[in-house]
Amino acid sequence: MNWRSVAAIFGHEMARFFRTIWQSLASPVLSTVLYFVVFGAAIGGRIQSVEGVPYGAFIVPGLMMLTVLQQSVSNASFGIYFPKFSGTIYEYLVAPTGWVEVTLGFVGAAATKAVLIALVILLTSFWFNGVHIAHPVWMLAFLFLTALAFSLLGFIIGLWAKNFEQLQIVPMMVITPLVFLGGAFYSASMLPPFWEGVAKLNPVLYLISGFRWSFFGLADVPVGLSLFAVALTIAICMAAIRRIFLTGWRLRE
Amino acid sequence: MRPIIEIDHISKRYDSGTVALNDVSLEIAEGEILALLGPNGAGKTTLISIICGLVVPTGGTVRVGGHDIRTDWRAARKLIGLVPQEILLEPFEHVIDCVRFTRGLYGEGRDEAYLEQLLRSLALWDKRNARTRELSGGMKRRVLIAKALAHRPKVLFLDEPTAGVDVALRREMWAVMRDLSAQGVTIILTTHYLEEAEDMADRIGVINRGQLLLCQPKDQLMGEFGKKRLTIQLDQPLSALPAALQGRGMVLAPDGQSLGYDYDTRAERTGIAHLLADLAQNGISVRDVSTKQSSLEEIFISLVEEEAKEERA
Repeated sequence: MNWRSVAAIFGHEMARFFRTIWQSLASPVLSTVLYFVVFGAAIGGRIQSVEGVPYGAFIVPGLMMLTVLQQSVSNASFGIYFPKFSGTIYEYLVAPTGWVEVTLGFVGAAATKAVLIALVILLTSFWFNGVHIAHPVWMLAFLFLTALAFSLLGFIIGLWAKNFEQLQIVPMMVITPLVFLGGAFYSASMLPPFWEGVAKLNPVLYLISGFRWSFFGLADVPVGLSLFAVALTIAICMAAIRRIFLTGWRLRE
Repeated sequence: MRPIIEIDHISKRYDSGTVALNDVSLEIAEGEILALLGPNGAGKTTLISIICGLVVPTGGTVRVGGHDIRTDWRAARKLIGLVPQEILLEPFEHVIDCVRFTRGLYGEGRDEAYLEQLLRSLALWDKRNARTRELSGGMKRRVLIAKALAHRPKVLFLDEPTAGVDVALRREMWAVMRDLSAQGVTIILTTHYLEEAEDMADRIGVINRGQLLLCQPKDQLMGEFGKKRLTIQLDQPLSALPAALQGRGMVLAPDGQSLGYDYDTRAERTGIAHLLADLAQNGISVRDVSTKQSSLEEIFISLVEEEAKEERA
């Protein structure tokens, strides 16, 4: 294991984030503030509470998850796609650096960026709503594991993409709908029974549910199942990345 | 002494059926400068890419420093530095960060003193805090060399290092390569510029259509395949070659001022002594005599054409 190369890739990716720190933070924070204003203040005024939690506070975990998922996927996919696009990917392929090191470096950085942005959003939400966190350690664990799982997915998208359109299409067409349909702004129990069943086929529901449990002690699905969903996503993505690197698909000739 | 690179029956066939390399075997000694010559698509870059790990061969083995590039790839790759043909740099990165990053990627700890020495030797130290997009083409190429040398490799691959660069910069690059060679780095370069191979290399390999046609020390190659042209400047111009001198391979220049005579340096007798005696006997006085070795370009073209003829036959 070449730990120095993991540190080099991680540092290189984080440097890009810090080079554009204000753009990196301003956009997600601004859009989250808009969500708080529209859903929390405007609509939340009409929905008093969900399962005993004020609506403004109820949507905080969902909004954090929305940001973490979007940021994880876009950071990781762009991170590995950019060297492919610019041609500098050759450096990673000729160095004594294996797939584990490359993945840890890129995905670790993408997940770290997403977690940092989510924490900034959490701080912002304190300003709007006095959010109480029932299980802070579990909250951080869910946050990090979800960021890791979706950064791995983003990394695969970046490896697969052949152009910038492909890089955008999966987050836009798949991730965002899954988050909105995964209970970011409502509890699955508020849906009619049939649609509640359909919603439970959405893997993102398990992540948001587990995360919301860490805030309020309330969950749509058992917490163990949420953890299992995250672990399964991580395992599947790791297996796929290993295969991509070992076969050299879209990397080597 | 064991060669630093051992290429053993390497082949590469792409899914499309194209054979990029066909059973190439080659050994490269430590510290030598080897130039790989060949037309576009000959297989030069594929060979380099296989050794560096960018292309997976369909057959054969390669060892670098005794390490198999597939089973012991980490140890093999640590010994290699690659300067790609195209300028591939992240535009917004600072020069020093670029070089530090590559060093880290190869698992090496920070060594600022070495990086300073490296950047100074490539005349980049003053530009260490510049972004790569602000540099000239020549500087960008030197940054690529600095990156390739950041982990102190024993073998440096330069894939057409002077393609598309002006004459001054080309000479600058050659000076850099000579310095590296003097420091004991083994250099393998591919080039279209025969002048470059002729000037730089200890040994020259000629690749065409995926096959290594030959690989010989430069002087031996020039001696074996090289012909020399003897040019005899005449005191008085001739309107035609005297009958006694015809059929001897001599050619009178259109202006009648000089005679040309091609001879094989490998031949037991070059025939020059007789020729000069015959000229004197025919009353032709000579003002000056010069010889010129045929260039590597001419050797290269004759080799490739010979191969094409054999294939047609």
